[in-house]
Amino acid sequence: MKMKNNVNQRNMNQELFARNVSGSTEILKQKTVGIAGCGGLGSNIAVALARSGVGNLILVDFDVVELSNLNRQYYFQSDVGELKALALANHLKAINPEINLIVHIQKLQPKEISKIFGDVDLLIEAFDKAESKKWLIDHWCTNYAEKTIICGSGMSGLGNTDSLQVQRAGNLIICGDQTSDISEGLSAARVAIVANMQANEALEKLLENNK
Amino acid sequence: MIIVNQREKREWKEGMTVSDLFKIMGYDYSLITVMINGKYVPEDEYSFTTIPDEADVRAYHLAHGG
Repeated sequence: MKMKNNVNQRNMNQELFARNVSGSTEILKQKTVGIAGCGGLGSNIAVALARSGVGNLILVDFDVVELSNLNRQYYFQSDVGELKALALANHLKAINPEINLIVHIQKLQPKEISKIFGDVDLLIEAFDKAESKKWLIDHWCTNYAEKTIICGSGMSGLGNTDSLQVQRAGNLIICGDQTSDISEGLSAARVAIVANMQANEALEKLLENNK
Repeated sequence: MIIVNQREKREWKEGMTVSDLFKIMGYDYSLITVMINGKYVPEDEYSFTTIPDEADVRAYHLAHGG
């Protein structure tokens, strides 16, 4: 989207976040959130944070968009075959052209967490494999006890909305039912609910010291 | 007495470790992450990390999917 001039650019920014919660926009614009994984959780989380006005996102993913991803992930037919992190970056820029994005096309390894996510205000775990969730939590809670990590655990299947919960202890927040497994299948609504629970927790954390 | 995940009460014993609690609860180690009184406990410390009486123990289960 091209702006006609600087005045229009300013108007666009004001209008884009005109319906935001009062006082949140200027604070969120300064914040940086890391998102590990750009699949069903990560893509929906990133969109929610971009629409909310978070100014800086660091995205990490190695995978490409497949047709089978479109039942729950924030991608389109035209994205199939593209790298997820780059396709997502395009969608986020289409929402807010001023959002700052750092994109890493790679499979995240524990030894690289500090280099990639060391300066974020908080980290969001959005992997699909439970083993990966575990080592990310382990590394983060061991090395960054003062910084929040928000994880998704259990968002498979359909319905059973009441079982989706948020659990908080120390710097760890877990969203989901903690029991449903990917073998039950994954659907758009339930994955997006948990993704948006994670995003909502992130927004609350980012704003909590500025109320 | 300790409370697990804000709902399950278990009898506390002197010197009780995270590994001991896992046996009592019937938990498998592999896909659980543990916080005691808000402090993270790495898996390689389960066998010697003791749980204080009245502790708030969280054992979060990690499920595949995302």
